[in-house]
Amino acid sequence: MNFAISIVEQGLIYGILALGIYITYKILDFPDLTVDGSFPLGAAVTALLITKGVNPYLTLPIAFLVGAFAGTLTGLIHVKCQVRDLLSGIIMMTALWTVNLRIAGTSNVPLFSQQTIFKNDVIDSVFPDALSKWKTLIVILILALISKVLLDIFLGTKAGYLLRAVGDNATLVTSLAKDQGNVKIIGLAIANGLVAFAGGIFCQEERVFEISSGTGAMVIGLASVIIGTSIFKKLTVLKTTTAVLIGSIIYKACVAIALRNFEPQDMKLITAVLFLIILVINMDRKKKVKTNAGA
Amino acid sequence: MLELKNIHKYYNPGTVNEMCLFQDFSLTIQKGEFVSVVGSNGSGKTSMLNIICGSIPIEAGQILIDGKEITREKEFKRNRKIGRVYQNPAMGTCPSMTILENMSLADNKGKLYGLSRGTNKARIDFYRENLAQLGLGLEDKLHVKVGSLSGGQRQAMALLMSTMTPIEFLILDEHTAALDPKTADLIMELTDKIVKEKHLTTIMVTHNLRYAVDYGNRLIMMHQGECVMDKTGEEKQKISTDEILKVFNEISIECGN
Repeated sequence: MNFAISIVEQGLIYGILALGIYITYKILDFPDLTVDGSFPLGAAVTALLITKGVNPYLTLPIAFLVGAFAGTLTGLIHVKCQVRDLLSGIIMMTALWTVNLRIAGTSNVPLFSQQTIFKNDVIDSVFPDALSKWKTLIVILILALISKVLLDIFLGTKAGYLLRAVGDNATLVTSLAKDQGNVKIIGLAIANGLVAFAGGIFCQEERVFEISSGTGAMVIGLASVIIGTSIFKKLTVLKTTTAVLIGSIIYKACVAIALRNFEPQDMKLITAVLFLIILVINMDRKKKVKTNAGA
Repeated sequence: MLELKNIHKYYNPGTVNEMCLFQDFSLTIQKGEFVSVVGSNGSGKTSMLNIICGSIPIEAGQILIDGKEITREKEFKRNRKIGRVYQNPAMGTCPSMTILENMSLADNKGKLYGLSRGTNKARIDFYRENLAQLGLGLEDKLHVKVGSLSGGQRQAMALLMSTMTPIEFLILDEHTAALDPKTADLIMELTDKIVKEKHLTTIMVTHNLRYAVDYGNRLIMMHQGECVMDKTGEEKQKISTDEILKVFNEISIECGN
């Protein structure tokens, strides 16, 4: 039981990250590697603020804003300096490593004695002892649902329509007398904001900031998006954002089950192999490349 | 009024492949004119449209709308006054969004794309009416993704979307070339209807000489970056496809084709 709960917890945290990657990869068609840096960025900011005594809930919106700022910079590098999408992400990812170290001070910040969003006086008094096992999961679930619903609402607004249009047909956005570069920057900002938000939650759940926690975040998120969108492709009742969250839980379950038979240091290899298998089964990329070439 | 003054356009400037397309090219289009532009491939028709819209830069010259210079104005800003339909039907619509969402997007052109609801429910009937006049049955498919429509249906939507908000210029870049003859006729009639209804100044590039003769009140033939034929008013009304074809052939012989 504890094993299952921890899978869903992890799945939902990475699900919020996957929502961000859904924006860049599926909506903007932008392979954004900033994610590997903005996930620990959110964690670093959260760790710093918590050790300084800031309310743990307040750290999350701040993490979102800092992540959004990183995303904006990636967008500016891509749009204004005309650096290729993949490279702009790599530049930001590399730069953020140092930034994260500077923010956190060291590569490892434990948060064992501090109050977090999962363990503080209010939460402890609200939840009866019988539910204590579910406490973390419920808090994460609420945060994931808030992120999902807000993203759904945003995608249904005029600004959201424009965001969806820019990845679909950038020429149309120009025809609508809007600067497609600005729309892309906004998309990257929101995406990385969500990623840093997930990073902040992750750091409080693990009760430690780890500089290398972002390595492979992009792959995990991407795998979740692809699993979610391809499994629930036929089920049109389900919103894509919901599918992405479920995809993330499925992916985490696969990794956790695989890890039971291997050593912890095999994790990244398992992550990579699993991702490859998903890609090959799905063939999503191949189709995408083809349609892009045809257009 | 749209004026192109002494336009110079080079492709690959400064390299061995440097090619001069426009050298001191000038053209004035009066308000309310419907100009058909014909000419062989590489004569500069589409480049002219791109220069007007700001999709490609020019080396020298001026572009003016109603006497106001817009040469340095960015493409997306110019598009506030310009509607454009491309040869490729996929260019004018968003395939992964529904018909209704596409119409809503187009309806908001020139306004702020903020955090209000993407689709204004009060406008749905208006969209339906607009779609109904196409006669393609699209009004009953509001929630269908545009990507699943045929090329002709998409082009009709693209035309509708580009002329939905108040614009001054309509730029048509071989917008019937990718369609079958029957659909092309339909789109052409629709174009004519919209242009007349909204009094749009229109520039239409086409390879279909019949359309060039039948529609519009001015005809231009371009060749190697120059206007070799420019007929307006009565001259335009009298001209026949044979006559255009003759001039066309003469030019081609000069080139050795």
